[in-house]
Amino acid sequence: MKISLEQFDKAFENRLRLQIMSVLVANESYDFNSLKELLAATDGNLASHLKALEKEEYITVIKSFVGRKPNTQYVVSKSGRDAFLKHLQALENLIKNQKK
Amino acid sequence: MKEDGIYSELSSIRSLMERSSKFISLSGLSGVMAGVYALGGAFFAQRLLRSQESRLDTSNEYSLNAGIVPQLTLIAIVVLFLSITTCLILTLRQSRKKGEPSWHPGSKRLLTNLAIPLLTGGIFTTILLLRGEYSLIIPACLIFYGLALVSGSHYTFSDVKWLGLFEILLGLICAFIPGYGLMFWTIGFGILHIFYGFIMHFKYKQ
Repeated sequence: MKISLEQFDKAFENRLRLQIMSVLVANESYDFNSLKELLAATDGNLASHLKALEKEEYITVIKSFVGRKPNTQYVVSKSGRDAFLKHLQALENLIKNQKK
Repeated sequence: MKEDGIYSELSSIRSLMERSSKFISLSGLSGVMAGVYALGGAFFAQRLLRSQESRLDTSNEYSLNAGIVPQLTLIAIVVLFLSITTCLILTLRQSRKKGEPSWHPGSKRLLTNLAIPLLTGGIFTTILLLRGEYSLIIPACLIFYGLALVSGSHYTFSDVKWLGLFEILLGLICAFIPGYGLMFWTIGFGILHIFYGFIMHFKYKQ
């Protein structure tokens, strides 16, 4: 099964990162707290993986304030969406190859 | 990576994409209850209309006596209030049972998309009421309600879209043949709701 392994994106090796990307691809934008609740992740864990995705420029961070509370929205970037779809395709290919 | 692992990975991705963007705790039973309230309301409205007809002896002609309009409006408001309250209670209970947060980006979007056509329709029917255009009130209710359902359906079960389309169709037919408003109201808000409520209830095993 070596064929498709190189198509796997290193950035998505972590499960939580892949989950974050799935949510962001399906939505226009998502805020930190809703992500935390949905993925049942801890603050620190979620923040560090978001930072990693931001470093890859797969997501964009939009910081603003609602009243006095900071409100951070995450939006998937064009390259992030492409990378995610490519990764999914690689997963599907792997399954198809195994069926043969 | 094992095959099972990939399968579970893919299905967890799919479910996350759906759960994050849609609100799927909408209770089917609340639809049934809304339909029952609507039928009850229609029954009282029918009785009011009958008593008016016998008093005025205008049974051949369908002309609404302005005197009972406040009572009819009251019935409609009571039905609306009961339906919304039941829907909120049952839906919140459902989301707690499923462990889906009831206030998340999906439900917010569902609410705003429902609210825009609904509020427009509410204001529009109030204007019709004030101007005495009684024959257009029921079609307007049905059409705007249907539009609200269609626009909200992107953020919940897609079956809701069909319910919305049927309501719009009923409203348009109703606008075309005046005099049968109550019948269309009963079908649109009563029977269709009960029917759809049961479908949703059993389809999604709530």
